[in-house]
Amino acid sequence: MLDLIAPFFERLNDTTGLNFSPFYDSYDWGRLLEGMWVSIKLITAIIAVSLVIGVVGAGAQTSRVRPVRWLVAAYIEVFRNTPPIVQLLFFYFGLGAITPQVDMGGWYEPMIGSFGWAVIAIGIFGGSYNVEIFRSGIEAVPDSTKEAAESLGFSQFKIFVYITLPLAVRICLPALTNNIVSLAKTSSLAYVIAVPEITYSLSGIWSDSVNVPEMMVLLFLYYIVLVAIIARIMSVIEHRLALPGYGQ
Amino acid sequence: MIPNWKVSRVTWRAPVLAAGLCLAAALAATAQDGGAARPSALASLVIWMPFILKGFGLNLLMSVLAMGFATVMGVILGFMQISPVALIRVPARLVTHLFRNSPWLVILFAIMLLVPFQMTLPGVGRVMIPDWVKATFGFALPVMANISEILRGAVLSIPSGQWESAESLAFTRGQTLRHVILPQCIRRMLPPWMNWYALLTLMTPMAAILGVDEALGNTQAAMEAAGARPEFLIPFYLFLMTIFFVFIYPLSVYTRRLEKRFAVAS
Repeated sequence: MLDLIAPFFERLNDTTGLNFSPFYDSYDWGRLLEGMWVSIKLITAIIAVSLVIGVVGAGAQTSRVRPVRWLVAAYIEVFRNTPPIVQLLFFYFGLGAITPQVDMGGWYEPMIGSFGWAVIAIGIFGGSYNVEIFRSGIEAVPDSTKEAAESLGFSQFKIFVYITLPLAVRICLPALTNNIVSLAKTSSLAYVIAVPEITYSLSGIWSDSVNVPEMMVLLFLYYIVLVAIIARIMSVIEHRLALPGYGQ
Repeated sequence: MIPNWKVSRVTWRAPVLAAGLCLAAALAATAQDGGAARPSALASLVIWMPFILKGFGLNLLMSVLAMGFATVMGVILGFMQISPVALIRVPARLVTHLFRNSPWLVILFAIMLLVPFQMTLPGVGRVMIPDWVKATFGFALPVMANISEILRGAVLSIPSGQWESAESLAFTRGQTLRHVILPQCIRRMLPPWMNWYALLTLMTPMAAILGVDEALGNTQAAMEAAGARPEFLIPFYLFLMTIFFVFIYPLSVYTRRLEKRFAVAS
């Protein structure tokens, strides 16, 4: 792949001074691919964590135990109303300093690395939005549906898992798409704790080769394509899940 | 049955949560107290509090300036987006999409690294552009794009019958926009506008990455100056979160109230 495009970009650099070093330098090429790979892994993990938190939190909000509801409400308010970057630093430096170290046979490594903390911190941040999104979906499920399930002998838990949740997910899918896209963008924050995702690896390239404008173009392009792909996937899911009689 | 429970109904939660955050900070500070000889982490935090708060002032300034700029530019861009002339509409849509779909951090980097640190203005001579001004500009761009999209959405949400009836009363396009469409849009735009202000304020600490001395940068500098002890980390960062929380939470409660009121009214 690189052999194929390298001559063109090398000539571009020589003739116009546009230095797209990742497209002819094999070391920078490796950094670019690594950055994209880590970024995609990071985004997938963050979305997974935030969805789990969203479902569990929304379920907990329907709980009959008051303190549980308060706890979820406090979680939402704290994480939605404080800066995500400070949350990330708090998790990585604050909590990272007191997590146990693992003996790697000669040296010690923290149990959770920067990638892990980025997933946890941004996942929890995104989860606080997802709880609200799922809650709005759950509230939109008609009471009569739930009552019908109740009359068929479903337990509260089974009603949530088999009746409420599947309908709620369909209702809140558009809002969920928005949040997933915004989470994918927020994943670039992991730069501050040196997770080698795309922003971090490209910043390494532009510090080495002094080609900020070119790398910026790449970075913008990467995120725009990424957002388009996510939006496409979500709209396919929306079509697949569409129920007759719900939505358009 | 699911209890009909709403977060915004209970507002006493704000001070309680803020106090809880503060308490957690204080507890963390005392729990990790090293030796008696050095000032405790809590004492250090109290000493450095004014410095951190001063930094927070810059956050507020940046957020207000960026919001003002973003509102003006966003409204202009939004009007361009709904223009009947394709030559105006298409570029406006491109700009909106570019800044809506890119991360804050990337836009911030682009502005900080690509805008020169000094400029030669005709008549004034060489002017230095401080980092925080560039950061303000960088924060304004994504908000601008989103406000433009909000405006477009609001105008589209007005039933087309109103356009037609205004036309039948011989209103020009500009008159229809000014006297019929916009007054209704402003009400619809206010809650999302406030949401974006809150989000913008929450993003301003990112400027610390690029060396602006706002709250986060000052917090890190304070921790460094106080001896860079690991037990500082949790209380200092918790305190920083508390400041933002105290400012943002009332705002978001008020926004939710407005949202609900407008939802009932329309």
